[in-house]
Amino acid sequence: MRFTKDHEWVRLEGDVATVGISKHAADALGDVVFVETPEAGKSFNQGDSFAVVESVKAASDVYAPVSGEVVEGNAALASAPETVNADPEGEGWFAKIKISDASQVEALMDQAAYDAFLATL
Amino acid sequence: MSTMNTVGRPTAPNALPDNDYKHPTLTGARGLLQDEHLIFEGEGWGKTGVDLPKPKTDGSDLGDLVRRDPIGLPGLSEPETMRHYVRLSQKNHAIDLAIYPLGSCTMKHNPRLNEKMARLPGFSDIHPLQPQSTVQGALELMDQLAHWLTTLTGMPAVALSPKAGAHGELCGLMAIRAAHEAKGEHEQRRKVLVPTSAHGTNPATAAFVGYSVVEVAQTDDGRVDVADLASKLGPDVAAIMVTNPNTCGLFERDILEISRLTHEAGAYFYCDGANFNAIVGRVRPGDLGVDAMHINLHKTFSTPHGGGGPGAGPVVLSEALAPFAPAPWVVNTGDGYKLVEREEDEAAQAFGRLCAFQGQMGMYVRALSYMMSHGSDGLRQVAEDAVLNANYIKARLSDLMSAAFPEGPCMHEALFDDEWLKGTDITTLDFAKAMIDEGFHPMTMYFPLVVHGAMLIEPTETESKQELDRFINAMRLLAEAAKAGDVDRFKGAPFHAPLRRLDETRAARSPRLRWSAPEGSNIAAE
Repeated sequence: MRFTKDHEWVRLEGDVATVGISKHAADALGDVVFVETPEAGKSFNQGDSFAVVESVKAASDVYAPVSGEVVEGNAALASAPETVNADPEGEGWFAKIKISDASQVEALMDQAAYDAFLATL
Repeated sequence: MSTMNTVGRPTAPNALPDNDYKHPTLTGARGLLQDEHLIFEGEGWGKTGVDLPKPKTDGSDLGDLVRRDPIGLPGLSEPETMRHYVRLSQKNHAIDLAIYPLGSCTMKHNPRLNEKMARLPGFSDIHPLQPQSTVQGALELMDQLAHWLTTLTGMPAVALSPKAGAHGELCGLMAIRAAHEAKGEHEQRRKVLVPTSAHGTNPATAAFVGYSVVEVAQTDDGRVDVADLASKLGPDVAAIMVTNPNTCGLFERDILEISRLTHEAGAYFYCDGANFNAIVGRVRPGDLGVDAMHINLHKTFSTPHGGGGPGAGPVVLSEALAPFAPAPWVVNTGDGYKLVEREEDEAAQAFGRLCAFQGQMGMYVRALSYMMSHGSDGLRQVAEDAVLNANYIKARLSDLMSAAFPEGPCMHEALFDDEWLKGTDITTLDFAKAMIDEGFHPMTMYFPLVVHGAMLIEPTETESKQELDRFINAMRLLAEAAKAGDVDRFKGAPFHAPLRRLDETRAARSPRLRWSAPEGSNIAAE
């Protein structure tokens, strides 16, 4: 699993990347009350806003950690946004993206680097 | 000699066996504070509060549309209706009860003189469709208000009609879009730059008008990062939206450079005027290069808000944007006042109109009443005292709580973060709830988003030193209790409010927006 500085995570299987927000992000947001995930077929560049997450504290854009085309958005989050708090790095995934450039994933932080990054915040 | 009165009421308190004796009341009331149900849950069914004559028509014109079922509204007598709303109001906080330190909201006292003026029949008993010859006084008042708003801001034009701050933002950005369209640059200028500390309405407005929003970074001392702004400005940028003083309660000291860079890139400078109270009478936004700014009459100019009355957000416009101002506006013809209503002649370039009539007339009266009763020296002192009061709070709390930007003075609001709560297991939310127990409306919390666990306190100039001290002493007491580890006092708060801690998450996830009759009841609820 790889992470961005904006607290998104990526798990690559073949050329499909599952993406979501990290446990740190979910904890910092507090109770999530609304999630908008992208529809299949939409394309995003790395860094584009591709989803929205809203908690009792704040609404935030979620940025695409990698470029590619959405294969599937996690529709279950619409009716069960609490999944993002319960299992942010598993069941609470946001979208599966067919990536165009695997090197983008390589360039992201691994768990150890992300943990070290969190320690600086 | 008369006999001694032995039947009068005792005037000394009874000696209570136990001062802590508490019992649930039969009615749910707490002392003289009444319990109150939803209006649907009372005894209002099968009654009516008014005695209306039978309708003379039989409704036959409506054909099949004639309603046959009850409409599902409870009936209440006048005293029941009054009591319902008064009881609800007693469960609420109001600026007339105590300090209301909600940051970014400028909850100042609403002078009663304003109310008296607004109730003069020449202002209160008129209709927007009356012939203009019969409302000359009201039109003159609008013209005077426009004069003072443009004078105070150093801007040539004002659109009075926007009905709130966000509506004013919409007005400003639509004027900016119209100006770019007139220059043929609209297609290329699709971005609006907004700092990370902005009010949420800024990016929302830009998106609503069809722009894409680009965030501008903030410096460590809480200001716009000018280098980041410069790198993002270009021929594709339509406008920037900057709040000054900003939501961290700080003056944007590079404001002149910001407006210079913006204009150099061919973009317009929208200033969010929500915090105008801190600079009114001291700084004219026109001198800072602002192209459009809304003025919240319900903040800076003391008209009621927060449930007390509608907002009003007139927008002042620069020379470049003035031709695009929305109708209507008042013109002094020398022979009386008239409203320019249509997008023709002098209003040929107006982008349209924002509301059906002329805006919030009642608020115009209150705002002008406030300006006239203060005078120019009084308004200047408003800004000075608002800043002084905020700095007094910042100075007296900074030893216990952590100021988000400790360096230098703040403007009209004092901003703290939650660094000082680290290790206590108490959050900003818990702390705010404990303030309710002490009789204070909490400050704005978790905003601006750029400050962790933010607590934004805006006392306004209308609080006396005594009230500020009462507030500060309560804050200090709570802060010391938090640091001493009295966690229960915070986690369980509020203990003394009419309702305890509400489940905000559940309310947001599964809101119940409509009342429905209980199962098995024969009440026809809509």
